[in-house]
Amino acid sequence: MSRKPFYLSFVFIGLILLQVLVLNNILLLGKINPYIYISFIFLFPFKKNRFPILTLAFLLGLCIDSFSNSGGIHAFATTFIAFIRPYFFKVVFQKTEVDFEFFKLNQESFGKIFNFTVILTFFHHFILFSLANFSFNNFLNVVTNMFLSGIFTLTLYFLGNFILSRKQES
Amino acid sequence: MQQLIYFFQKYKYGLYLLFLLLIALGLTINNHNFHRSKFISSTNSITGGIYEKMSGLDTYLNLKNQNKALIKENELLRNKLSKLTDTITKNTKKDSFNYQQRYNYISGKILKNEFHKSYNYLTINKGDKNGVSSEMAVVNFKGIVGITDNTSEKYARVQSILNRNSKINARFKNSFHFGTLTWNTKDYNTVQLIDIPRQAVFNIGDTIITGGRSAIFPEGIPVGTVISKSTSNSIDIKLFNDMSNLGSIYIIKNFHKEEIQNLEKQ
Repeated sequence: MSRKPFYLSFVFIGLILLQVLVLNNILLLGKINPYIYISFIFLFPFKKNRFPILTLAFLLGLCIDSFSNSGGIHAFATTFIAFIRPYFFKVVFQKTEVDFEFFKLNQESFGKIFNFTVILTFFHHFILFSLANFSFNNFLNVVTNMFLSGIFTLTLYFLGNFILSRKQES
Repeated sequence: MQQLIYFFQKYKYGLYLLFLLLIALGLTINNHNFHRSKFISSTNSITGGIYEKMSGLDTYLNLKNQNKALIKENELLRNKLSKLTDTITKNTKKDSFNYQQRYNYISGKILKNEFHKSYNYLTINKGDKNGVSSEMAVVNFKGIVGITDNTSEKYARVQSILNRNSKINARFKNSFHFGTLTWNTKDYNTVQLIDIPRQAVFNIGDTIITGGRSAIFPEGIPVGTVISKSTSNSIDIKLFNDMSNLGSIYIIKNFHKEEIQNLEKQ
């Protein structure tokens, strides 16, 4: 149990560095980037007290922002999905707050995890790209960006998840 | 009072979320105003330091290409120098050349480059310590790159020409009709020249250079060539610079800037 905070802080810093130093430089077709750092929000344990997750989500976004000179757009989007996470948790996994203690994401069926992740990812990307665009022009651009980047993020997330979870079993 | 406390109890997460979102939104809006965003940007010492480390690795791997570019530039400069010394010794007094220097060039290196967003910023490794301040021109040997935006002790942030806020005075090389250089965020190799007078005559392939009507850019820095006439007096310009592949740059300091600005204020 005491290993958990260390593990989470390691994931936190690791994800920031991975995002900033590697993934922000991919730029497939000139503009499509995966934003894998939001997987921290998926991985963070579910608890009744939601202040830690909101604060951490805000800080995570702020770190990414300060590296990519984008003001507060990542912080905004990430805090927002951290807030709506429990509502989709209840809808998708059909569980209540009582189950928070014993819940583990990788014990659920793939379909449910898929729905949960896809919804949160697209919410995040939509907010992110609308704020990055910062005007009502080029709205089509925002939507295409959201879908392409979203697909890229999800592919990477599920691939990474698959590889890492296999390692733990063996 | 009881009601109030109860209200806070019930909506504590919502209120906290609102608080955080307002901060984030405030930072976002601040970032869109010219040189205001001091704290959350890649010029602070932690982010700048990490980018410097990474860029060190990156430049090591690109040494060959960098060398080629530098040799080319040296060649160009040597040619210019030899031409200049010829004219100086023939025509002008040396005094006026030494004491009326208008621009000073500071060399620097790009630590972080971006070109895929609507508002692009670069980070460079020169700051207050090296005499770089905000609103100074940044160029490389091929053409213009941007304008410095805010600075810290060792680093500076550059507003790229690929930024929707960027507006730079530019003109045709073969005539003095000028316009404003902007970017419509579509393609990182093309920028737009708008507000050109209707009587301006130009052809596809004409060269565009900076106009020198602002106190930031000296006149005659190459920008690009005209590739198409589009409607409503804006033309597309292909940049000489490949904005996705930038290495060393020069920051241009204008010694006459204050004098010009004071004059214009009156």
